[in-house]
This record gives sequence, structure tokens and C-alpha cells, in this order.
Amino acid sequence: MSDIDMDKTNKTIDTVKRGLARRYAAERRFRLFGLIAIVISLSFLVLLFGTVISKGYSAFQQTFVQLEVTFDRAMIDRDNPANSDFGGLVKAAMGREFPEVSGRKDKRKLNGLVSTGAVYQLQDMVSTDPGLIGTTNLVWVPADDDVDMLMKGHAKRTGAESDRRLDDQQLAWIGKWEQEGKIRKQFNRAFFTSGDSREPELAGIWGAFVGTILTLALTLALSFPIGISASIYLEEFAPRNRFVDLVEVNINNLAAVPSIVFGLLGLAVFINFFHLPRSSPLVGGLVLTLMTLPTIIIASRASLQSVPPSIREAALGIGASKMQMVNHHVLPLALPGMLTGTIIGMARALGETAPLLMIGMVAFIVDIPDSFVTPATALPVQIFLWADSPERAFVERTSAAILVLLAFLVVMNSLAVILRNRFERRW
Amino acid sequence: MSPSLLIPAIIVFTAVAYQLGLKRSHAVAGPDGPRSLHSRPIHYAVMVAMACAIPALMVFAVWHSCQSTIITQLVVAELPENIRSLPANRLNLVVNDIRNLVVGNVGVGDTVKPEILEAVDHYRSLSATSSAAMAVIVLLVGVIVALWARSLITPELRARNHVERIVRYFLILSSSFAIFTTIGIVLSVLFEALRFFKSVPLTSFLFGLEWSPQMAIRADQVGSSGAFGAVPVFAGTMLISAIAMLVSVPLGLMSAIYLSEYSPKAFRAVAKPLLEILAGIPTVVYGFFAALTVAPFIRESGAVFGLDVSSESALAAGLVMGIMIIPFVSSLSDDVINAVPQSMRDGAYALGATKSETIRQVVIPAALPGIVGGILLAVSRAIGETMIVVMAAGMAAKLTANPLQAVTTVTVQIVSLLVGDQEFDSPKTLAAFALGLILFIATLILNIIALYVVRKYREQYE
Repeated sequence: MSDIDMDKTNKTIDTVKRGLARRYAAERRFRLFGLIAIVISLSFLVLLFGTVISKGYSAFQQTFVQLEVTFDRAMIDRDNPANSDFGGLVKAAMGREFPEVSGRKDKRKLNGLVSTGAVYQLQDMVSTDPGLIGTTNLVWVPADDDVDMLMKGHAKRTGAESDRRLDDQQLAWIGKWEQEGKIRKQFNRAFFTSGDSREPELAGIWGAFVGTILTLALTLALSFPIGISASIYLEEFAPRNRFVDLVEVNINNLAAVPSIVFGLLGLAVFINFFHLPRSSPLVGGLVLTLMTLPTIIIASRASLQSVPPSIREAALGIGASKMQMVNHHVLPLALPGMLTGTIIGMARALGETAPLLMIGMVAFIVDIPDSFVTPATALPVQIFLWADSPERAFVERTSAAILVLLAFLVVMNSLAVILRNRFERRW
Repeated sequence: MSPSLLIPAIIVFTAVAYQLGLKRSHAVAGPDGPRSLHSRPIHYAVMVAMACAIPALMVFAVWHSCQSTIITQLVVAELPENIRSLPANRLNLVVNDIRNLVVGNVGVGDTVKPEILEAVDHYRSLSATSSAAMAVIVLLVGVIVALWARSLITPELRARNHVERIVRYFLILSSSFAIFTTIGIVLSVLFEALRFFKSVPLTSFLFGLEWSPQMAIRADQVGSSGAFGAVPVFAGTMLISAIAMLVSVPLGLMSAIYLSEYSPKAFRAVAKPLLEILAGIPTVVYGFFAALTVAPFIRESGAVFGLDVSSESALAAGLVMGIMIIPFVSSLSDDVINAVPQSMRDGAYALGATKSETIRQVVIPAALPGIVGGILLAVSRAIGETMIVVMAAGMAAKLTANPLQAVTTVTVQIVSLLVGDQEFDSPKTLAAFALGLILFIATLILNIIALYVVRKYREQYE
């Protein structure tokens, strides 16, 4: 009897022991899987940032060529500089630089090394300082994007001529410039100060940036007061009834509606029904307002909920009206949390592209927008547009624009974190 | 006076009205000071200010929205008979020309007919008159109503109650924006979709196997027959979403399990915010990453194995979308795993289970409804995601389950149908709204189920 008992316990423990090594191995394996999942996810993050930074950092520099430009009296119309032949000036300067080049085809190849932006640069110089006319100056003008890519090492110098953007002759000209120190890379101001362009070396993000600022300003001006009012009503005043339930269900659902559907709403309602101007920051701001409102309302309500009821009871106890209680006591305490939520909503709106495509903010716009109703584009849309362009130089600029966008997001998110850490009170 | 001047003017008038109300309340208070008043002086002041601003802004809004329509009517009425008798759509073109000329958008080399020029002048003079009249009337309304409100001020006037009632109306109005937005979405999408279903029957849209959304300009041109069978588009969406979920669910779930059950505190404090960064990166950046880095990489690695991979393969778009959704899955799973009561884990440990056995056989089954809810939300994100697929997935609708081929999605089709020049009546444009309707309904159903499941689950352990 006791033998059988002994036998039984032995058996169970044996079974457990036999399985133990396997079970511990499974334990270690499971744990490793978890760690691997995190490492893989984070390595995607590193890869993403690595790609963007390695492709984009060089766009903050731009290749310039030094030309000896003679501001020929005969070619410049003193009264109307816009009407003068600045292209001729550039060609003449290039001709003096390489006097041996002759023939239409070769000359065109030579002149192609300098950006078409050189013409506008000379025009601006004469407009601001008419005294230049008749003098000869050394001017640094932007090089063409193919030259720029070559100087930055993104384009091949060797290999079959037909595979390259620049042929051997052009490489020889550039080589001469390099020897004489007449070609150099310097900070790319145009990238930060000009609008879009078909020429990569002239394209900048300033236009898109202003468009983004206008759109976001309108979004903030509308969504912050409306979002806060709505959350105050829902948290502090709303009775429990059908209307309030409906509002709550709606807010929760709107927060999860795909952003492109908001774009369809903007197209059908604001543009086709109200005839607001297409592509304008006005419509963009309205659409993004509707999109960010649920985010702001949800965050603001959480912030109001965290204010302890004792504050409210104290205010009501000394005779404040409900509105006074909210305005004087609850709102100031909840405001930091609301601001944090609003900044996070704004950061989401800043990166949003799809609804802006729907309302036409995807047009090619060179001019810097100057009001809420002029056609504009936005930073993420500019990234989308450039990403479509085949030139290597635009890849670089796309990455650089992404870096600027990410820098903005980092600033906004750190602002939200700082606000939260500084003003958040634990009750 | 333009709106940019009129709005500041209204603000100035409102500030003056505020001061008037404040002075008046002190004046009527008598020798006892403000204590004899029903409300605090500030309430009287705000009441007068509101009386100035609200009617003025209302008149302004109504006038501004009607102005252009009425002026256009007047101008059209003055046009010569031969233009007025044009069919409605031709007349619209003429009106658009006039409007463009008024704002100064003139194409180079356009020759403008004299009668049109006359109409433009007429339009300009009418709108100048209208703007001036609007400014005067808006400000006058503000002044009159404010003065009337000021004359009402007596010590007995319940100003605070009036002000608070108006503020409360404003609060209610703000909260109802959520309803307006939903109604706006439903109406705009539904209305256009119904127009689409008039020309293309619902059944052939939902069950048709061929998608080539072009309409003939001439009857005899090549490819004149548009086909609006959306099955390939739906299939493409599902393929890409399925790939995304295959990437994000295991990675997100395992990350969440490790972070909430195994990881040391310090590691969690670093890794969790880093994972959340993935959720904060704009989708256009992911799209760029997918199109420029991931897709070529997949194509080249496919070539190594002798596979013919399309440069816009579903795999690339799905993979990158999966990366984007990882933090979404992981933070939702993290929440629900943390909500499982510790007593359940302790019970499992007491029976001799190892940690991983506890997680797999106790924690995960207990958290399953919440995890499923989170995954449903992630699926709804995946099918509504636009930029990644626009930049990395294809345009051509192919009915295939091969992830190495290019497929198209609902959102890609919406974008390609609506970006660029469009006529608003053609089925081609309206098809985008029909797709939008399907997308809205699908995500709505997923969200409702998910929110319901998650809430039920939370209640279970609270």
C-alpha cells in the first residue's frame, strides 16, 4: 500500500522534473521573442530616421559657381530691369569662362551647368542696386541640380556616358572650376526662403511652411475654443439625456474616422456647397478643425475629470454660480491638461496630408501665400509632391523637408511634455 | 470696408460697449456701491458687450454669405439678352469668367468681349456698394442693440443669469459640432454616392470584378466603357491590411507582453516612449520610406531568389503600414494586459506555472476580448490609411492574392479620382464618393464593435 503511494508521488514529481527543462526553455524562448519584437520595432525606427537623415542632410548645402559677370549697359534696361536680357549676361559670362566652347549644342550644354535661377539672382541684384550697371563683378550663382548632385557625390563620375546625367565634356568643365576654386558648396538659403519650383536647386519649403502656419493658425483658433467649450459642457453642465449620449457616441466615432473621409466632407461641403476657394488655407483649416476636435475634446474631458470634486463643492459652497465655479476654479486647474491635448491634436494636424489632397492643396504653387484665401500648399503635401519627382535632387530635398517637419513635431511634442510636467497636479 | 477691417471694428465697438456697461452699472448702483446690484458690475458690462457683438456678427455672417449670390443675380439680369438665354451650364461659364475677371485672374492673351467687361464693372461697383452698406448696417445694429441693453440696466436686472444663459447656449452649440460633423459626412458622402448609384447600379459596384474608372469623352474612343466593379479594389485593401496586421499584431502584442510582464522598469521607461514615436511620425514620411527604401529593397531581394516583384508591391506598402500600426496595437494591448487582476496571475503561479505559461494560459485568454477590440481598431486604421498606399501601392486594380504584385486600395482610388482636374457630375468623380461611403461604413462598424468589446471587457474587471 505504502509502496504504491511512494510510487505515485515519485511519478508525479518525476513528470514535473522531466518537463522542467523543457518548460524553462519555453519560458526563456517566450521572453526572448518579446525582446526581439521590441528590438525589431525599434530598429524600424532607427532605419527610418537613418534613411531620412542620410538622404536629407546634404540638401542644407547647395553648390554655387563663381562667374565674372559684366553688367553690360547695352543689355540692361535701366528703367525696367525685368525687361532686360539677364540670360544673355549669364551666357556671356559663361562664354568668357570657357572661350574655347563653340557651336550651339556645346554652348547649350555649357549653359546648362548653371541654374536658371542665376538669371533671377542677377535681376534682383540690379533691382536693389542699379549702380552695378556697367561694372564687372564676381558673383556666386547656384549650379544646376545635376552639378549639385555630382559635387555631393550622389551622381557617378565614371561609367558609360549614356548612363550619366553629365557627359565627359561637362565633367571636364566642372573639373576646371574645381581646380580654380570657382565651385563650392555653401549653406542653402533658397531651401528655407523660396517657394516651390520645377528646378530642384531653386525649390524651397518657405511657401509650404507659410501655408502650414496659416492652416494651423486657423485650426487652432477654431478648435481650441470650440473643443474646450464642448468639453466643459459635457463634463460640467450636461444632463444625462439622449442628446448628450448622442454627442458622446459621435465624438468617439469621429476620433476613429479615417482622415480622408474628412477630406471628402471638405470637398463636398466647403468647396462644392459653400463655394469657398479651393486650395486655400481657409478650407484646409476648417477641415483640420473638424478632424482635431474629437482629439481635443477627449483630452480636455480627461483633464476636467482629474480636477477633484472638492474644488467644485468649495466654490459652490461659498455661493458661486455654476458658471463662476467653472470659470474661476475648475478651468484654470484643468487648462494645462487641455493645452497638452490641444498641442498633441495640432501635432497630428501638422502631419496630416490626405484631407488636404482632397481639397486641392496639392497644386503646384510657386508664390508664397499671403492670406487665408490664396491658393497654398502645406509642408506634408509638399513632401508628397516632391517625393513624386524623379530627379535625385528632389529625393534629397524631400528628405530635408521631412527633417524640418519632424523637427517641428519634436518641438511641439516636447512643449506638450514640458507643459504636462510643469503644471500637472496630482490630487 | 473689407471683412479684415470690419472684424477689428466690431471688436473695438464691443470693447467700448463693455466700458459703457461697466460705467452704467456703477452709475445705477447708487451710494451703496455695487453691493446694491443684483449681479457684479462685470456681468452688466459683459451683457452690453454681447449685445453689441452677437447681433453685429450675425448680420455680418448672413450678409457675407448672401452677398455674392445676390450680386451675381443682379449682374446676370443686366447681361444682354443673347447671353442670358444661353443654357444654364454655358451661362455658368460666363459667370465664372466674370468672377475671375473681377478678382483679376486674367489669362494671357484672353480677349474679353465688351459686354462682359461692362458686367465686370457692374459687378465691381455693386460689390463696393454692398461692402460699404454692410459695414454701416453691421456697426449700426451693434450700436443700437448695445445702447438698448445699456438702457435696461437697473439694480434689479438679473444680468448674471442672462450672461450665463448665453454662454451656456454657446457651450451647447460647441458640443453639437460633433453631431453636425457626422451629419455633414454622412450627407455629403451619401448624397454624391446616391447620384453615382443612379448611373452605376449598386450590385455591379459591389460585386463587379473589373475596375477601370474612366468615362468616354467621345463615344468611339478606345477604352470608352468605364467599369465600376469595386471587388478588386476591396480585395487589394484587404490584402494590404492583412499584411499590415501580420506584421503589427505579433510584434505589437509581443512588445506589449514583454513591456508589461518582463521588462525592468528602466527599460520600459525608455522603450515605451520610443515605440510611441512610431505612432507620431506623419504618414507621408512612412509613404516616402516605403516607396524609396522598402519597395526597392523587396524588389531586389526578390530578384535574388528569382522572383518577379512589382516595384509597387502590396508587400512593401503592407509592411510599412504594419510598422506604423505596431505602437497602436502595443499600447492598446498594454492597457488591457495591465487591467487583468494580479490575483489571477498569483493563482496561476501558486499552481506552479511558469511566467510564460501564466501569460499564455491565464493572462492572454483573460485579456483576449480587449486585445481583439484593439486589433479591430487597428484594422480600421489600416483600411483608412491613405498616404502610405498612395505613395507605395499601385494604381491598377488587379484581383490577386499575390503580395508581390501591385494592387490598389479604396483610399488610393479616392485620391486618384479626386486629385487634379475634375468635373463634378461624371460617374468617375462620384465613384470616389461611393468608395468613401463604403470606407466610412466599414470603419464605423469596426469602431462600434471594437469600442463595445473594449468597454464590455473593462466593465468585467472594474
